[in-house]
Amino acid sequence: MTTQSTTEMPAVGYGAAILRAIKSFGLLRESWVGMIGAFLVLFWVIVAIFAPLIAQFDPNASIQPFAKPGMVAASGSTFWLGTDHMGRDIMSRIVWGSRTVLVYAPLATLSAYTVGILMGLMAGYRGGLVDDVLSRISDIILSFPVLVLYIIVIATIGASGFNIVIAITFASSPGIMRIVRGLVLDLRNRDYVAAAQTRGETDWRIMLFEILPNARGPLIVDACLRLGYVIITIGVLGFLGLGLPPPDPDWGGMVNETRQMAMVFPHMTLFPCIAISSLILGFNLLADGLREISLRD
Amino acid sequence: MILLLLKRIGFMLFTMVVVSIILFLLLETGLTGDPATRVLGNFASDEQKEMWRDQHGYNQPTVVRYAKWLGNFATGNLGTSIRYKGPVKEVLLPRLWNTAVLGFWTFAIMIPLSLILGVLSGMKEGSILDRTISVFGILTTSVPEFASAVFFSALFVFGLKWLPGTSSMAGGFEFKQLILPALVLVVYDFGYVARMTRASMAEVMTSQYIRTAVLKGLPYKQVILKHALRNALIAPFTVIMLQINWLLSGVIVVEFFFAYKGFGALLLEASLNNDIALLEACAMVAVVVAVGSQTIADIGYTFLNPRIRFT
Amino acid sequence: MNDNQEPVLVCKDLCISYYTRAGEIPAVVDFSLTVKPGETIGIVGESGCGKSTVAMAIMQYMGANGGIKSGGITFKGRDLTTLSEDQLRSIRGSEISMIYQEPFASLNPSLKIDTQLMEVPLAHENISKDEAYRRSVKMLTDVKLPDPERIMASYPHQLSGGQQQRVVIAMGLLSKPSLLLLDEPTTALDVTVEAGIVKLIGDISKTFGTSQIYISHNLGLILETCDRVFVMYSGEVVEEGTINSLFTWPKHPYTHGLFSCIPLPTADKNAAPLTPIRGQLPLPFERPSGCYFGPRCDHFERGLCDSAHFKMENVDGGAPDHRVRCLRYKNINHVKAQPGGTAKKTLKIGKSVLTVDRMKKYYEVKDTSLTALISGKRIRHVKANEELNFTAHESETVAIVGESGCGKSTFAKVLMGLETRTEGEIRHNGKNISKISVQDRSTKQIRSMQMVFQNPFDTLNPSHSIGGQISRVLRKFGVETDKKEIFDRVMTLLDTVKLPRDFYFRKPRQLSGGQKQRIGIARAFAGNPSIVIADEPVSALDVSVAAAVTELLMDIQRKHKTTLLFISHDLSVVRYLSDRIVVMYLGHILERGTANQIFAPPYHPYTEALLSAVPIADPEVTKRKIVLEGNLPSAMNPPKGCPFCTRCHRKLGDICDNELPAEQVVADRHVIKCHIPLEALKKVAPVIHVPDESERLQQQVAV
Repeated sequence: MTTQSTTEMPAVGYGAAILRAIKSFGLLRESWVGMIGAFLVLFWVIVAIFAPLIAQFDPNASIQPFAKPGMVAASGSTFWLGTDHMGRDIMSRIVWGSRTVLVYAPLATLSAYTVGILMGLMAGYRGGLVDDVLSRISDIILSFPVLVLYIIVIATIGASGFNIVIAITFASSPGIMRIVRGLVLDLRNRDYVAAAQTRGETDWRIMLFEILPNARGPLIVDACLRLGYVIITIGVLGFLGLGLPPPDPDWGGMVNETRQMAMVFPHMTLFPCIAISSLILGFNLLADGLREISLRD
Repeated sequence: MILLLLKRIGFMLFTMVVVSIILFLLLETGLTGDPATRVLGNFASDEQKEMWRDQHGYNQPTVVRYAKWLGNFATGNLGTSIRYKGPVKEVLLPRLWNTAVLGFWTFAIMIPLSLILGVLSGMKEGSILDRTISVFGILTTSVPEFASAVFFSALFVFGLKWLPGTSSMAGGFEFKQLILPALVLVVYDFGYVARMTRASMAEVMTSQYIRTAVLKGLPYKQVILKHALRNALIAPFTVIMLQINWLLSGVIVVEFFFAYKGFGALLLEASLNNDIALLEACAMVAVVVAVGSQTIADIGYTFLNPRIRFT
Repeated sequence: MNDNQEPVLVCKDLCISYYTRAGEIPAVVDFSLTVKPGETIGIVGESGCGKSTVAMAIMQYMGANGGIKSGGITFKGRDLTTLSEDQLRSIRGSEISMIYQEPFASLNPSLKIDTQLMEVPLAHENISKDEAYRRSVKMLTDVKLPDPERIMASYPHQLSGGQQQRVVIAMGLLSKPSLLLLDEPTTALDVTVEAGIVKLIGDISKTFGTSQIYISHNLGLILETCDRVFVMYSGEVVEEGTINSLFTWPKHPYTHGLFSCIPLPTADKNAAPLTPIRGQLPLPFERPSGCYFGPRCDHFERGLCDSAHFKMENVDGGAPDHRVRCLRYKNINHVKAQPGGTAKKTLKIGKSVLTVDRMKKYYEVKDTSLTALISGKRIRHVKANEELNFTAHESETVAIVGESGCGKSTFAKVLMGLETRTEGEIRHNGKNISKISVQDRSTKQIRSMQMVFQNPFDTLNPSHSIGGQISRVLRKFGVETDKKEIFDRVMTLLDTVKLPRDFYFRKPRQLSGGQKQRIGIARAFAGNPSIVIADEPVSALDVSVAAAVTELLMDIQRKHKTTLLFISHDLSVVRYLSDRIVVMYLGHILERGTANQIFAPPYHPYTEALLSAVPIADPEVTKRKIVLEGNLPSAMNPPKGCPFCTRCHRKLGDICDNELPAEQVVADRHVIKCHIPLEALKKVAPVIHVPDESERLQQQVAV
């Protein structure tokens, strides 16, 4: 049974890890729902990256008010999606606005996850008093209706990109903590964790190396869903006038500014709405596809 | 059982006290900016601010002020609204009623719709109906309320001209004006509840006791109604109760959009206008409703689940 | 049994497949079976052999992706495969019923037992609710459940595992079916509870005249319950026959191999080691042409066995219904008396390594009920271990035996330093380690005491490669520090556990259960420990794989002169491999001594019952039947006196209820904790009787 060939030392495998990541992404091909999601997300990521090339106008420049979609500007360029009441090109604003969303939403999610995972690991693995205190705190935060919480936080600390990240971290990390805690409570009873304990590993090593990697499946799916939800939140805050301070383009804010004119100029509100919905749909479909695949094997 | 009830109610009170402290610290002390500036604006002179502070007791020690504030709250004295120039209570109560009406209709449509669709798709996992409902659910939950409000307005108000575009109820209560706000809320939320119900139902359908029931030779209807639903609806019950919490967020957007005079719009108005007393009252009401519904959800869960009830 | 009677069930040339996205997976191939009225048929095989699929096919319940490809299932003259859903419903539960492996999962958690029982007759017969209730109570009495009215009003979770299984059996029998399918009905139960259920099942056909199909992986259980047996391998039957002829003269190399993998109470690890079947069960789509067992068979003949698939044939000169699927069975000479391989040398037992002295472990549990709050007794103790005393020597294998909840795993945790003991001492090489938790132990202490875990699917971290996991142990224990050296050591370890070297790069999910357990063993022995604790290391594995892992474990132990603490519930494995045995019950050691002392009188009454409950796959061995009454008491609320007093069949009286018995020393290191005087215990007859050579000859003449 023993192979006599001498096996070589493994090369340090970052390359292999990247290859594997690509391969597991390839699995998505088996789920058309996931594929559509990935396509939508990828589309907006590319738009955000190449915003300066795609947008033909300065998003904040007042050029020609109330232009209908397809009208040609004096410069010869076309207002593909028309302009708003202040004469700003809607397509350029949507394109630049995608940058706002795709910078702040992942940043906020990442920050919420860092806090939530650390709290969840501590609460689930250590248990006892640590768990009691952390769980109580998260219960209290979660008992707030989310938007009420955002409004209060933003109302007191003011609206800015950084503050939105803070508010989202504050409001979503308890939810993430709960998920992580649940997963840890299950995983910490596995024999491989006992094996690590019996060889005297430290608690942090066990949490980060033995437990956390095995919780990644459900967490990745949740992260996708949460990313979608964070985008909604940023949009809603913008819509309620609590988002980024004007004039920088922000999809929710665009809807808010123009909705009074929707009766006459529906394009001003419709296009930002389509933009935000499609991006959120992308993340939700991606999450669903990932879940479907993770359940399969 | 009784102990659990007491525990839950105890926790509810505890949460409310903690929340009130946080609110107080955030809004009434200098922690996040001077309240006097917040109320009087940036251009008020120092004397004006000082006078305002004296008048409203802001120069007393924080603890004393909190005790007074809490005492007032507990006895139903919610303070005076700056914006509405009247007692908060009088502004708040009719608004709460309006939101309750909106919430009632939303739930009255959303719960049966999502439960039925969820159960149907969970019964036969992977069927065409299941896949359709599932994708449709994702689609509707992906559209934020303000966006679906725009889409529906475009369709029903500007396009078909069936429904009014605002719901201010200026000429008295009109059911027609309630349709769009409720529709937006239902569309956004039903997908989530339906998916939860589906997951719960699908899990039950693959369980061994359902196999037992089928292999006992029971009619399919009896297997579903007697054996499956009973277990499958425990989880969605909790989810639905927690949706009340979500509804409080949803109404803010919808009421703002349709100019519906409800609690959500009031809360937003209070925060945008720095109406501290009103904001505090609204926040406390929101927390009471949210924690209260959670408590009911927890107790209901225990009651529905014999494994917890009898141990 | 009457041969002239119409058969109850006939399966003819049945082929069952599952259809997945990977294509068609043939689960069962060419399966034929006839069940006569009142007959009990056993189907035995390892996991994945298709035995449960057969049961599900008979019930016509195969899920969306399963289907019968060809062949027929005829039940009392009606072809089940052609029936409509409505017609099937009238048969299911009334004519054919089924008993499942996990009784708890099979009962609806939110309905009371009465509802779940009564609906069976109500669905099939036109009777009143009162009548249904009356019948249900009667049936509960028939399956020997005490206080049936109380059980009727209970929810499933309020019953013990044994009670739940009796309820499921009652449910199956309620409408007097002609055929009962039992799918591993006792696998989830403790041995002493299992004994009771097996006895009940054995009585069913006598009392009700029901035909049964008993599916199990355990040959011993089949022997105790069945008339005829079918041995399945990789989706097909390889041998069938009456219990007597198949167990006495197994013809197929696989059947024979199975017997060589099971330790019998006659076998000894050094004189007659187990002979595992080499290789692994082929996956359904990787089956070889010709004989499926070919690649693992010692009698394989190229050109003959691998040419074409072949049918079952009657055994020449055997019993008329003994059939085998093997072309070479006539040329194979199985020598019955020597099931084992070559003898291995007996190890010399060395100096004392581990001493456990009056060790106690109590857990505190907060009681949150209202009564506890009022009475002020908010903290209760779970007495997981009470006054444990024993020693273990170098090269010695000490088995700790007991049913679930006896405290054997808690003891392992205390030993490893994952928990700290409440009282008493544990000395390892003379040093008291009972108070030092694992974080405070020195690397030397940690590496000298390691553990092999129970669940193969849990023992390795699925996120890390095999090589990485073993390397980590070597680095942590400071065995090697240089990268290259560590790598070489991992290779040596992989050689030691007889796995290919390229497993270094594999992830745990690419390994089979047995291979994972081998890695677990490699990991435990990486730091050359002086004590290894093996917590049921093979209980989750199939017999043929388990035998190989057991042998490997003992080979390594021999080489390293390791002390092995073997935790198990299976007395026949324990008898086979251990030098000394410690019998635990509810946190107490009731008896301890050498393997021979434990297996011969004087016994502790609990040991006696345990021995009687062990299924033995040898028709020549006879056992005295002792079935224990009642359930295992909870460790929260143990009996006041002797822990075993609630179930003891030799209970003396009040003294057992009220006083904890003292340890009675029978011989050096053989101790029994019981109130019954030693003299009386010595008079007890042996439970297991193994015929010697002369008796065996006499028996064969008689046959």
